[in-house]
Amino acid sequence: MPGPYATVQDLGRPGYGHLGVPRSGAADAPSLRLANRLVGNPEGAAGIELTFGGACLRFTSGAWAAVTGAPCPVELRTAGPPATGLPATGLPDTGLPDTGLRTGELPGTGLPSTELRTGELPSTGFRTGELPSTGLPGGAGREGLPPGGPGPRTRAVGPYAPVWVPAGGELRVGTPPVGLRTYVAVRGGLDTPLVMGSRSTDSLSGLGPPPLRPGTVLPVGPTGALSAINVDAAPPTAAPPEVLRILPGPRDDWFVPGALAALCAGPYRVSQDSNRVGVRLEGARLERVHDGELPSEGMVAGALQVPPDGLPIVFLADHPPTGGYPVIAVLVSADLAGAAQLRPGDRVRFRLGRGPGASL
Amino acid sequence: MTSRIRRAGEDSLLVETGSLEASHRLDALLRADRPAGVVEIVPGPETVLVTAPGADLSGLRSLLSHLLDTARDAGAGASMAGRSVTVPVVYDGADLADVAALSGLSAEEVVERHTRRELVVGWLGFAPGFAYLTGLDPALHVPRLPTPRTAVPAGAVAVAGPYSAVYPSASPGGWRLLGRSLMAVWDVTADPPAVLTPGTRVRFRAVAG
Repeated sequence: MPGPYATVQDLGRPGYGHLGVPRSGAADAPSLRLANRLVGNPEGAAGIELTFGGACLRFTSGAWAAVTGAPCPVELRTAGPPATGLPATGLPDTGLPDTGLRTGELPGTGLPSTELRTGELPSTGFRTGELPSTGLPGGAGREGLPPGGPGPRTRAVGPYAPVWVPAGGELRVGTPPVGLRTYVAVRGGLDTPLVMGSRSTDSLSGLGPPPLRPGTVLPVGPTGALSAINVDAAPPTAAPPEVLRILPGPRDDWFVPGALAALCAGPYRVSQDSNRVGVRLEGARLERVHDGELPSEGMVAGALQVPPDGLPIVFLADHPPTGGYPVIAVLVSADLAGAAQLRPGDRVRFRLGRGPGASL
Repeated sequence: MTSRIRRAGEDSLLVETGSLEASHRLDALLRADRPAGVVEIVPGPETVLVTAPGADLSGLRSLLSHLLDTARDAGAGASMAGRSVTVPVVYDGADLADVAALSGLSAEEVVERHTRRELVVGWLGFAPGFAYLTGLDPALHVPRLPTPRTAVPAGAVAVAGPYSAVYPSASPGGWRLLGRSLMAVWDVTADPPAVLTPGTRVRFRAVAG
């Protein structure tokens, strides 16, 4: 993997495959949906998809956020505790201390929209130094902190739970020990421009905004019409699976009779060349009986497409909508998100899953 | 030929139509009266992929089998009169002379043969809005470039193998360039964003630069 890579993702652009447009969207869609539920967003709101974690997100206005997917350490850095000794929560106008988990809408933000600002995306660990002044409105002064007060304060906050980030606060996401893709949702959703009904970055076609860079400013949508936050924590995402279940076909008859057995004998190793288009695998080569080229046909997410070198590629969100290499099998739908959490070097096996003709 | 409907995972069925014409007819039938739950219909030269997450696939399979019979029965008035588009082209492409040499024609004859026939959008792929145009004059069937260009401009009109195409946006590409379209074939702010959709009939018209 070419270092950390972060994009804006929602649930993509379904329905345009016949125009050559990939669906795109969050590679691990259930994790994005969960992050959105944790902050009271519609499940399809746009969030940030991090690859190998590593983000410093500075909020120019206060907002609820949640981190899901590959489990990263998360820290919240705020300007400093007020004189009362209560945590520096920056809850505007409410006078309430931040208890870490709150239910219900925080009134009085007074802003129709807010912004968050991405900082450095280090390859490992947290950024430790101060970010240079952003020159943006917000920051400690808005929260009524006395000038010259106590310095910045950093505390660990849990992933899989809503966290209030005050204006000027920084959400710092570390590196996941397992898994690959981590999602950050912000209440209100990221409000970058829609392209064909989606805010997703499509790494294959280039539709949508470019990947995030240090200094990228992301607008956040209004929160007024959202329902109250009614969950305070969620169970962590399961570790990436060691076994992925498959259904044979649609082109298993293009392979020698023992090919499915060879595929399931595994294990396969995840290649460095994997990305949002697909998980490339190294292991047993699958032998074809037909040498010819397959007329181009529609491809689905989770398809195990087998190019002439015999090594399968598991298609993820940005897969091409049509292709000319045969698909020996397709992941069961429930295992697609797990495939998106496999990282280079991981080992994975396949076994026949549910479905007609499957042997369990 | 026996038709087959193949399973493509839990959410999709791949219908073997046996011909591009039957793919277009089935695609049109499905779009005209979209079955419940169907989110993607992707026609190919000999197939149509139908994706319906969470739907009753056995019921959908029965329906598709019935529609396929209709789509394959070209004589029963199911022939689709696709939209017709004329694309104005300035024939000043970087590979026009090479295509002429490869096909044993003059450059003028290449243009004449590229504009004489009506082509049909077979399917889209490679890039958003990239339409594979079928029905190209066999004299113009030339191989792709041995080394693809790293950048082909949007609107480039090109040929490779049995197909012609208009590059919808700037991209790398290995097709041989005959000219440039004066009509944008891809606009993400339009609905639909593609001018050249499956089944659209296309005629190129030579215009002065």
